[in-house]
Amino acid sequence: MEFAELIKTPRADNVILHRPFYLAVEGTLCLTGHHLIFSSRRQDNAEELWLLHSNIDSIEKRFVGSLGTIVIKCKDLRIIQLDIPGMEECLNIASSIEALSTLDSVTLMYPFFYRPMFEIVEDGWRCFLPDQEFELLSAVTDEWRLSCINKEFSVCPSYPPVVIVPKSIDDEALRKVAMFRHGSRFPVLSYYHKKNGMVMMRSSQPLTGTNGRRCKEDEKLINATLRPGKRGYIIDTRSLNVAQQARAKGGGFEQEAHYPQWRRIHKCIERFNILQESLIKLVEACNDQSHNMDRWLSKLEASNWLTHIKEILTAACLAAQCIDREGASVLVHGTEGTDSTLQVTSLAQIILDPRCRTICGFESLVVREWLQAGHPFQQRCAQSAYSNSKQKWEAPVFLLFLDCVWQILRQFPCSFEFNEQFLIMLFEHAYASQFGTFLGNNENERSKLKLPQKTMSLWSWVNRSEELSKFQNPLFEANSLVIWPSVAPQSLQLWEGVFLRWNRPSKFLDEAHEEMINIIKYNKELQAKVNALRRQLAEMETDDRMQENL
Amino acid sequence: QVEQVKLLDRFSTSNKSLTGTLYLTATHLLFIDSSQRETWILHHHIAAVEKLPLTTSGCPLVIQCKNFRIVHFVVPRERDCHDIYNSLLQLSRTAKYEELYAFSYNPKQNESEQVKGWQLIDLAEEYKRMGVPNANWQLSDANRDYKICETYPRELYVPRTASKPIIVGSSKFRSKGRFPVLSYYHKNKEAAICRCSQPLSGFSARCLEDEHMLQAISKANPSNHYMYVMDTRPKLNAMANRAAGKGYENEDNYSNIRFQFVGIENIHVMRSSLQKLLEVSGTKGLSVNDFLSGLENSGWLRHIKAVLDAAVFLVKAIAVESASVLVHCSDGWDRTSQVCSLGALLLDSYYRTIKGFMVLIEKDWISFGHKFSDRCCQLDGDPKEISPVFTQFLESVWNLTEQFPQAFEYNEAFLLQIHEHVHSCQFGNFLGNCQKEREELKLKQKTYSLWPFLLGEQKKYQNPLYNPDFSPELTLLEPNTVSFNFKFWRNMYHQFDRSMHPRQSVFNLVMNMSEQNKQLEEDIKELEAKIKRRNGQSDAVLVKEHQQSAHPVPMALKTPPCFKKEQPLIPVNDAVRTIEGSNTADNRYSEFVAEFSKAEPAVVSLEYGVARMTC
Repeated sequence: MEFAELIKTPRADNVILHRPFYLAVEGTLCLTGHHLIFSSRRQDNAEELWLLHSNIDSIEKRFVGSLGTIVIKCKDLRIIQLDIPGMEECLNIASSIEALSTLDSVTLMYPFFYRPMFEIVEDGWRCFLPDQEFELLSAVTDEWRLSCINKEFSVCPSYPPVVIVPKSIDDEALRKVAMFRHGSRFPVLSYYHKKNGMVMMRSSQPLTGTNGRRCKEDEKLINATLRPGKRGYIIDTRSLNVAQQARAKGGGFEQEAHYPQWRRIHKCIERFNILQESLIKLVEACNDQSHNMDRWLSKLEASNWLTHIKEILTAACLAAQCIDREGASVLVHGTEGTDSTLQVTSLAQIILDPRCRTICGFESLVVREWLQAGHPFQQRCAQSAYSNSKQKWEAPVFLLFLDCVWQILRQFPCSFEFNEQFLIMLFEHAYASQFGTFLGNNENERSKLKLPQKTMSLWSWVNRSEELSKFQNPLFEANSLVIWPSVAPQSLQLWEGVFLRWNRPSKFLDEAHEEMINIIKYNKELQAKVNALRRQLAEMETDDRMQENL
Repeated sequence: QVEQVKLLDRFSTSNKSLTGTLYLTATHLLFIDSSQRETWILHHHIAAVEKLPLTTSGCPLVIQCKNFRIVHFVVPRERDCHDIYNSLLQLSRTAKYEELYAFSYNPKQNESEQVKGWQLIDLAEEYKRMGVPNANWQLSDANRDYKICETYPRELYVPRTASKPIIVGSSKFRSKGRFPVLSYYHKNKEAAICRCSQPLSGFSARCLEDEHMLQAISKANPSNHYMYVMDTRPKLNAMANRAAGKGYENEDNYSNIRFQFVGIENIHVMRSSLQKLLEVSGTKGLSVNDFLSGLENSGWLRHIKAVLDAAVFLVKAIAVESASVLVHCSDGWDRTSQVCSLGALLLDSYYRTIKGFMVLIEKDWISFGHKFSDRCCQLDGDPKEISPVFTQFLESVWNLTEQFPQAFEYNEAFLLQIHEHVHSCQFGNFLGNCQKEREELKLKQKTYSLWPFLLGEQKKYQNPLYNPDFSPELTLLEPNTVSFNFKFWRNMYHQFDRSMHPRQSVFNLVMNMSEQNKQLEEDIKELEAKIKRRNGQSDAVLVKEHQQSAHPVPMALKTPPCFKKEQPLIPVNDAVRTIEGSNTADNRYSEFVAEFSKAEPAVVSLEYGVARMTC
């Protein structure tokens, strides 16, 4: 298919762009296969706006006489309005945008066409391989092994080709365990806590069904992670009720009788459309510029967004607490083990592991616990808060995770190497990007699409010093401790950087932030200078003393 | 003194507690726990003491403070508990001003320092700064002996054309004699903020002198022929007042006024609103939705928004239309003070400096007779007179500092500290209800002023991000009052609930850094001078030896980075806290806390606002 077929009017002049808190600008609108480009050539104030079609969540058109208006709502939550003279042009443009923003073939997406203008220092596709991760692990323990059982994605379609499993369990047993777990997602290692050797594993629900099926190999596998005489915790991210109901559909949970060394804790985290609804309501509330305080607070409450944040953080803290404080190993799962499970395991690692609070470590965490672990990004992030499609598989699971990270970052602002912008950038790229990183639903699909060969990795772009400097937290001071966030409602806040980003002028806040960075920079300069001078003085003194001794 | 007393964690569901000894002194209640940490509570800060039913571990005693600290003790023996309870009741309820802490507090100043302290804020000087007296405004001696209005200060500024008979006539037509006077004069616009109480208009009464008075105010502004009259009450309340012979201005009787209601609720609504807010925020195991709906139901943020909206209205009239504005409510000492002072703060950058903020409070709150004693319950009095009107003012200012982080010289700690002392009765400034009362109490001789004390520790209250160029003189702040800009002020209402705060404070860090920067700049100068001197003296060995003993610089070098050690630490105020040990038990991860609660060493130590590892 040629994109040209979809673009009936590639260009319109005298278009007026409206954005909140900016003056309206007149300029030319161009449509290309992947971008909507608006450029104004006014002498005093030339500017260009490039918008990826894939970033467009929904589009509305209105007409007043022959003047058409298109309102474009983006996945990054921004809303812009274009006034286009000429009914036909406007209709053509609107239909082109609609068609181009809802292409159904992945291979037509921009990442397959994008050619980077920068030099690639390090290929992001080769940055975070499981082998490297295992090397780090083998340095501290020899109880685990790398299994290639899933080499051709033959055992579990949503797992990566290699996974880390207990050494004492062979591939044959793994195959049996896979049969016993939803989507074949058998328990694998998620995190090893160096401090006390405790581990966190993740899986999907066991297929116990109504007649309480059991699987000896499954029991053996997870028991292999326990120290003699120690108990472990299974954190089920569903309520007991939901877990029980799952049995009717062949799913279920670990029965005490068959897993006597494990204690099961149910921590309910919502899924799918409930989360999507929550996001839609929250964004609706934030876009309401009315001055009614009661309405704002009741809408914020009704969205339940902060409740979800609290639930997820609480479950993650619980997992971390089991490992660090109780000295127990933990297995986390929900139903499929691709959503709430990953929220819990990844957040627990941020709490426990200082490495995950560095830029590189966080990238590695996203790759391990989200991309390789098979979070279906393409399904979940297909649409955002303005979509009307309401597909069951769309859900802001990853955005909730980022929001939780932001909450922890706010409470420990010096313990993270990255800043808020880094998280916002990940949110944007998860929904629309020129990079191939978040395309596909799992490693299997990514390898079929040949993403590493045909597209550029987000990490190749981010991890260059020019870009990195934007995402570095000037206050960072490595903190090797476990960080326990407060989950009291008074401590949780709306993530303004994402949800109010387009709804209020931020000039004063930005300037203040800049001033803060200047103070920190200046402080570093002065310290360096004082130290240099001291050294100089000391050298002079030793020289003098030596002369004296002579 | 009672031993083996337990201090319970306010929010812990597992009744986690600290054991220690409780002491009662003449002015404070003191609790020292087993690790020698001290908790001091001033008796005047105690708002309520409650004895709960006896439990197996002892007799629980809950103390609520005016600074929103709540402490929950368990005293092993009921008799002791009863004694403490009775003593606290007596100590926290003072009948006479002379028994307040301020009269016994002695900061070791001599008499001249005391006098100088009281002279620090000079309102005559402040009016001069605004540009009055001038061709249109003059100082009136009408109230020199508090004859016209007891609750106004002696010195009042009125339009030149308002003669004494007009003043007297107008004051008779106004509730409590509080006739229209100048609160703030805007030099560039020649427009004024005036304040008064409601007119005694009833359904039809009118008063020519009062009409003349408003006419005079309007005429004192050459740039505009009309003026606004802002009634800060909801319309319904104002109308109800008419039945009692009070009410509001009839536009037909006053030429050229534009009348406007702005709908700020009265002191009773505000009191119960705060009560509801505190009930919600004090709930154990609170869910997000209960918190948000409680916040909504309390109406607290709605009231804060109403106050700020009113100030924005006032400011627009002056800055955009150059029109003078007369503000009143019922008595003109609560809502009127809020709106006038916030309006001035938005109009004039002087009030956004530390000194200027003190002046603003002295002017619009203290001198114009905001009833601090009644509203803050300094003496045992009518509980219906208590109301958080001043707290709302501070909260509105805090909201502005959040929106304009570079516009204010002072920081949140400054606001919290003022709030602390409005209730502490440690200094004389806020005692009593009006200037006349203060003079009678001889506060200037018998007590000390808060302001020099705050200026003395100014460093703690400075906003490191403050940029004086951000708003040159008379630059208007235009706050955005869309609802989502108003947030729950955690640092006020949970000031003492450390577990709820961020464990690392960016603000403190930046504040310390900016303080350190000044020190470093000096160090550099000093070092450069030394090096220069040394270069000059490289031959004169003997002299150098002498110098070395005087300046042991190389010693310091052995412990790099030594500048940190030399740096005098800004005392970290209780109000703005930095990092706490990361402690799981601090956080309430639901019912499992009980199971997991284990004693844990404090793992982060605080050093110059930076987390440092000890393990």
